[in-house]
Amino acid sequence: MSEAPAKLVGIVLVSHSAAVAESVADLARGLTGGGTTAPVAPAGGTADGGLGTSAELVSAAAAAVDRGAGVAVLMDLGSAVLTVKALLAEGDELPENTRLIDAPFVEGAVAAVVTASAGADLAAVEAAATEAYTYRKE
Amino acid sequence: MLDADFFRRWMTAAAASVDREAERLTALDSPIGDADHGSNLQRGFRVVAATLEKESPDIPGEILQLAGRQLISTVGGASGPLYGTLLRRTGKALGDAAEVSREQLAQALRAGVEALMALGGAAPGDKTMVDTLVPAVEALGTSFEAARAAAEEGAVATTPLQARKGRASYLGERSIGHQDPGATSSALLIAALVEAAGE
Repeated sequence: MSEAPAKLVGIVLVSHSAAVAESVADLARGLTGGGTTAPVAPAGGTADGGLGTSAELVSAAAAAVDRGAGVAVLMDLGSAVLTVKALLAEGDELPENTRLIDAPFVEGAVAAVVTASAGADLAAVEAAATEAYTYRKE
Repeated sequence: MLDADFFRRWMTAAAASVDREAERLTALDSPIGDADHGSNLQRGFRVVAATLEKESPDIPGEILQLAGRQLISTVGGASGPLYGTLLRRTGKALGDAAEVSREQLAQALRAGVEALMALGGAAPGDKTMVDTLVPAVEALGTSFEAARAAAEEGAVATTPLQARKGRASYLGERSIGHQDPGATSSALLIAALVEAAGE
């Protein structure tokens, strides 16, 4: 029996919509299969339930999934991307070793959660999620 | 010289102006955006005004950094991180001086606009806030009044442009003929600056 890795990379999924962020988190967890699943937190919509991005929800989600192995943040578009970039530039709003992952939202989230659940480090999680850009559908 | 009171007046005037113009900003955002620019900025600047009433640093740079942080936290749309970054970076560039000159402010705002452009990836001519802010900050080197005129001119000049950034860019040629909401709110921000200067 192999030893479980001590620390897993955390995944944050930022969408304009709370429902989208939660559903994509469910999807990614569901496709991960049995065994340990990396911590995943959705951060969707504004704090009052509307469409948009809440910096506070993003910060809280990142703190919730931080196990000390780094946090990978995936976003859908527009203000979600700009908010994460602005928070990273701030310096103290997100856990140390938080990284913006430039990847397609759904495919990247699945790749990131599967990879992180297997115990990969942050760089490998990022590589897997980013590679999702190359999966052609036709 | 511009002291902490000046910068508080600027932020208070900006909040009042966004409050007055929120409906117009949202109306401009309806045909080419998602019809939330006015309400988003209104929420953000109300928090800025309330925060500055509670805790008011005596350092101009700190006031702008505090305001910028509130905008990033509370706006909910792309304008939050963009204006938040503009104010925060401008505040950082002002350092811990208790008073600054108009020229120093223009210099600091230039750094702020550069940070905003780096974050959003927009260049002049893309039909964004950049079309207002770049000429306004340039003109601020001359006078407050020149900055206001340049900002207004820049905002109006976005009407014939085709959007190349943000949600409006999905509309392609159909974005032509509408004044950009972000360029319009940027002109309000500059007008509030001039109002704070009492000119």
